[in-house]
Amino acid sequence: MNELEIKDLNAYYGDFLAVSQVNMDIPDKSITAFIGPSGCGKSTLLRTLNRMHEAVPGGRITGEVALEGQDLYGSGVDPVGVRRKVGMVFQKANPFPSMSIYENVIAGVRLRNKRISRKDADELVERSLRQANLWDEVHDRLQTPGGALSGGQQQRLCIARAVAVEPKVILLDEPCSALDPVSTLAIEQLLLELKERYTVVIVTHNMQQAARVSDQTAFFHADAEAWAELTRLEATLGDKSLPQGTRPPGRLVEYAPTDELFNNPRNKATADYLSGRFG
Amino acid sequence: MRSETLTPQRAGAAAAAFSVVAALAAVLGFLLIQGWPALSAGLGELPSHAENMWQLAGPLVFGSVLVAAIAMLFALPVALGTALYLVFYAPKRVATVLGGALDLLAAVPSVVYGLWGIMVLAPALAGPYAWLNENLGWIPFFAGEASATGRTALTAALVLAVMVLPLTASVIRSALALVPEASIEGAYALGATRWETIKLAALPFARRSIVAGSMLGLGRALGETMAVAMVLSPTPFLIGIKLLTSENPNTVAAYLAQTFPESHGIETSALIALGLALFAITCAVNSLARWITREKTK
Repeated sequence: MNELEIKDLNAYYGDFLAVSQVNMDIPDKSITAFIGPSGCGKSTLLRTLNRMHEAVPGGRITGEVALEGQDLYGSGVDPVGVRRKVGMVFQKANPFPSMSIYENVIAGVRLRNKRISRKDADELVERSLRQANLWDEVHDRLQTPGGALSGGQQQRLCIARAVAVEPKVILLDEPCSALDPVSTLAIEQLLLELKERYTVVIVTHNMQQAARVSDQTAFFHADAEAWAELTRLEATLGDKSLPQGTRPPGRLVEYAPTDELFNNPRNKATADYLSGRFG
Repeated sequence: MRSETLTPQRAGAAAAAFSVVAALAAVLGFLLIQGWPALSAGLGELPSHAENMWQLAGPLVFGSVLVAAIAMLFALPVALGTALYLVFYAPKRVATVLGGALDLLAAVPSVVYGLWGIMVLAPALAGPYAWLNENLGWIPFFAGEASATGRTALTAALVLAVMVLPLTASVIRSALALVPEASIEGAYALGATRWETIKLAALPFARRSIVAGSMLGLGRALGETMAVAMVLSPTPFLIGIKLLTSENPNTVAAYLAQTFPESHGIETSALIALGLALFAITCAVNSLARWITREKTK
């Protein structure tokens, strides 16, 4: 079953088109990796999936993103509600610095349920930290500041914070790019466990990481030559052409089961990227 | 690289820095030496026919602290709201215009605030004061007989509140502007509304600066002379918390300004000793602010 369905999605920053015409379906209880060179729009696309893109000044989209068949951008849909169903973990671990580990984990739950009992809160904190494979390391110091943990532990604390609100989907934006190999491995193992319960979408710069953890991989690329070709075509067709020097938007070049994409890419750009010829 | 040789630039900069300390020492020495005789002064020697220094200083220090504290009570919520609006809610252009207006508010001379207080604010508030007195007179602050002129401790506090608002708001605003974007995004991504994001990520981060901004504002309010001297209609030696009556405690700074021109001899010493007391209070408040902001860099 498809958890997320992306239809004709264009993402803009003001007038700048960052991602163009993405159509893809993301199956539930699986890991989907977004890969591609810098500036290909993969992080922007990720942020459209929980409406964080519009938190940036000028951020807007056209098209549709549906979660379990419900358009996340439909009229009357509250972005705050969307973000509770689609959680997010960022490149840089961002636990709330003034809060303890315990308070960090239940911060999201406290927003909606202020009167959660001590017992329920304790259970939730333990369950979430166990899901994030962090419980054994921190259970005896839950009241210490979250900012005092190591980088890898902080990132897992952020994952615990995200799963505590019981989302359907967890988005991760290059979650390991600031971590050492051991912490990275811990996160990757965690992702494989998380997909039993959640739909996971991860943006990564690291092709090996995508190959190791993901079930399907999407390759994005902002192809300057193809873009130039297209704008020429549009100009001849009478549409308004774009000003010179406009950066090309990112496009979904190829999307396939991970094994297939890595072993047998159909698109030449995908093959070139995977073999390290650019990016 | 910093050179160890004594260049003219280095000597000049050092001289400028140490001249600050020298000025401070000179002022402190002046206050101590000149004010000392008043501490042992007796009946008939002190201004306002005070019996001793304590009878003179007590009510004035009380008045200063009372009026300044009430001023902060009004200024802090407005300053916090202003800073939050400028940083988190206002469109960029509105924030620029409002921020400029806030800075201009700080540039208005205090004598102008005094004129405004005495000619506009006080008469305008006489009516509301009468209403407060009639309906909420059971609250000690609003008890007594409401002043017909509006030149009360509360009016003085309100003028002070407007005067310290820019300082307090700009301290809080610069702290809020430094809240890490990562924390803000983290809160949004958890499904926090904007206000919840402010509570979750911004206010805890800026907490110390909010306290420090209040302290700096309090220090300014304690030392303010002109506006209070013009607005307040004081009663000698009064210690009281009825804010709406025409009998009000005076403040140290205002009393100095009013009494100094006609003082001589030991009276002048007494006024200088009062100055020392005020200096001690503002020093304490500023040190407290320093100490609170200092912890933040730990």
